[in-house]
Amino acid sequence: MEETLTFVTLTLAATLRVATPLVLCAMGGLFSEKSGIIDVGLEGKMLMAAFFAAATASLTGSIWAGVGAGIVAAEVMALLHGVACITYRGNQVVSGIALNILAAGLTVVLGTAWFARGGQTPPLGDSERLMPIFFPVARDNILVYAALLSVPFTWWAIARTRFGLRLRAVGEMPLAVDGAGVSVGWLRYRAVLLCGLFAGLAGAYLSMAQNAGFSRDMTAGQGFIALAAIIFGKWRPFPAFGACLIFGLLDAVAIRLQGVSVPGVGEVPVQLIQALPYLLTLFLLAGFIGNAVAPKAAGIPYEKEH
Amino acid sequence: MKRWVGPLIAVFAVACLGVFAPVQAQTPAAIKPAVVFSTGGKFDKSFNEGVSQGAEKFKKDTGIAVAEFEPSNETQFEQALRRFAQRGQDPIIAVGFAQAVALEKVAKEFPNIHFTIIDSVVNLPNVQSVVFREQEGSFLVGVLAALASKTGKIGFVGGMDIPLVRRFQCGFEQGIKYANPNAELITNMTGTTPAAWNDPGRGAELARGQIDRGVDVVYAAAGSTGLGILQATKDRGKLGIGVDSNQNHLHPGNMLTSMLKRVDVATYESFKAAMDHQWKGGTQVLGLKEGGVDWALDKDNEKLVTPEMKAKVEAAKADIISGKIVVHDYMSNNSCNR
Repeated sequence: MEETLTFVTLTLAATLRVATPLVLCAMGGLFSEKSGIIDVGLEGKMLMAAFFAAATASLTGSIWAGVGAGIVAAEVMALLHGVACITYRGNQVVSGIALNILAAGLTVVLGTAWFARGGQTPPLGDSERLMPIFFPVARDNILVYAALLSVPFTWWAIARTRFGLRLRAVGEMPLAVDGAGVSVGWLRYRAVLLCGLFAGLAGAYLSMAQNAGFSRDMTAGQGFIALAAIIFGKWRPFPAFGACLIFGLLDAVAIRLQGVSVPGVGEVPVQLIQALPYLLTLFLLAGFIGNAVAPKAAGIPYEKEH
Repeated sequence: MKRWVGPLIAVFAVACLGVFAPVQAQTPAAIKPAVVFSTGGKFDKSFNEGVSQGAEKFKKDTGIAVAEFEPSNETQFEQALRRFAQRGQDPIIAVGFAQAVALEKVAKEFPNIHFTIIDSVVNLPNVQSVVFREQEGSFLVGVLAALASKTGKIGFVGGMDIPLVRRFQCGFEQGIKYANPNAELITNMTGTTPAAWNDPGRGAELARGQIDRGVDVVYAAAGSTGLGILQATKDRGKLGIGVDSNQNHLHPGNMLTSMLKRVDVATYESFKAAMDHQWKGGTQVLGLKEGGVDWALDKDNEKLVTPEMKAKVEAAKADIISGKIVVHDYMSNNSCNR
C-alpha cells in the first residue's frame, strides 16, 4: 500500500516536471492565438530561450541573468513574428516555421562558435541552475510553481480583464475592435509579447532546471505538443492545462513502466509503451474532445480599411 | 510533428555544409587522416570524445592535421564519407555501428582508400573493423556497482535499444550477479531511434524513475544522453557509472567509476599504422586482455572505491584475462542467457 502511494506521488511529481514547459508554452500560445495570431513558432522560441539562458548563466554565473536572457531571446523571436505577421501581414504559419528553423540552426552555430562543444553549452553547476525549493527529490524549482500559477493568471487575464475582453474580440472580429477605436495591431503585439515571455520561461526551465546546460534540439517537439494541448483544450486555459498534464502523465508513466512487470500482463514491450502517448492522442482526438473551434480571426492578417 | 522538424533541420544543416566545410590538412604530410563522428557529436564526453582525444593526440605527436566531420543526423554519414574519400583523405575513421552500411558502400567505391570502422564489422579488404568486448569492461563495473550499492538495487540506462547496448547491459548484469547474487538490476532504454543518443532530458527522467524505485547506482551507456543521466544521479546524491571515456571528472565524488573503451587508443593506433605503412584490414577484437576495455580509477573516485572493492575487481579482471571467467556476449545469440 505504502509502496503504491510512493509510486503515485513520485509519478505525479514526474508529471509536473515533464509538464512544466508544456504548460508555460501552452499559456503563452493561448494569448497569441486568442488575439488571432497563430503561433507555430513556440518550439523555436523555446529553443532559442533555452540556449541563451544556459549560455548567459554559464558566462555570468548568475541564475537570474540566465532566466532574463532566455526571456529576452524569446521576446526577440516574438517581435520578429509580430513584425512579420502584424505589421507586414505575412502568413503566420510560414513565419512560425521560419522561426523554428532559424532557432534550430542559429543555436547550434552560435554554440559552436562560442563554446566549441558541438553546439552544447558548458554544463551548469548547481549555483548556476534553478534548484529545488521544498522537495529536493521532486526537483520543484520556482518555474514549476510559475507554470502552475500561469494557468489561473491566464484565465483571469483573458476572462476577467478589459485587456482580455479586447483580446478575445480582436481574435474573433478585429473589425469591431477597430471600429470601437482600439488599435488591433497594438493589442496583438502585446499578446505576442506575452507569448514570448512564457515561452522564454519554458526555455529557461529546459536548460537551467530540467537539464544542466543546452544541447541541440533539446526542445524535441515540445512546442508542438503545447500547441496540440491548446487545441485539445479548445483554446481555454484550464482544459489546456489538463491536456498538458495528460501528456506529462503519459510520458512519466511511459518512463516508469519501462521494464516493469505489470501484474497479469507481464513485462510490456518498450516500443508499445513509447507509442502509448501517441495512441492516446489519436484516441482522444477522435472520440473525446469533439469539435475544437479556433478563434475566428486566427491566421488572418488584419487590414485596416481606409 | 517531430517527424517533419527533423527533415527541415536536415535541410538547413545540409545548406550549412558548404559554408562550414571541415578544415583540410594544412601541412604537407604523408597521410591525410579524417574522422566522421557519430550522431552523439564530438563533445559527448563519452564515445565520440574518446575518438576525438585519440585524434588530438595524434595531431600533437605528429603535427599531421586530422579532418573531422560531425553529422547532425544519420543520413549524412554516406555523404561525409564519400566527400572525404573524394578529397583523398586516407585513412578515414567511421565512428559507430550506425555508419556500417554507408561505409560498406563508400569503401567499395574507393578500393584504394583505407577505412576504419569502430564498433561494427565490415568485411572488405580496405576496411579495418575495430570492435570491443564491452561485456568484459561492463562486468567489472557491475562488480563495483554491486559492492557499492546499499539498497541492492542497481540501474542501467542505455541509449538506443540495439544489441550492442544490450551487450553492455548483459555484461553489467553478470558482474552484478557475480559480486552479489541477490542484487536486482533495473534496465531502461532511452529510445529506439538514433535520437536516443542525444536526449539528456529523457535520460535524466529515466534515472530519476530508477532512483525513485530504490536504485542507488546507475550505469549510463547512452552517449550524450548519459550527461543527463549522470546529472540526475548526482542531483539525488547517488552514484553514477560513466562509459567509453573516463567520465569520473564530470561529478567528482558521485561517480563510482567509468567503463573505459579505449577508442582513443584504437584511433591513434589506426592513424599511426597508416603513417608507418603498417595498416592492415580485417577485424580487431579488443577486450580486457588487449587493454581495449577497462575500469577507471583516478583522484575523482578513489574515495569511493575501498581497498576490498578494488581487490575484488582486480581479481575478476585477472580471472577474465586468464579465461577462468567467461563473460557471455549478448550479441553471440541475441540473448543474455547462454
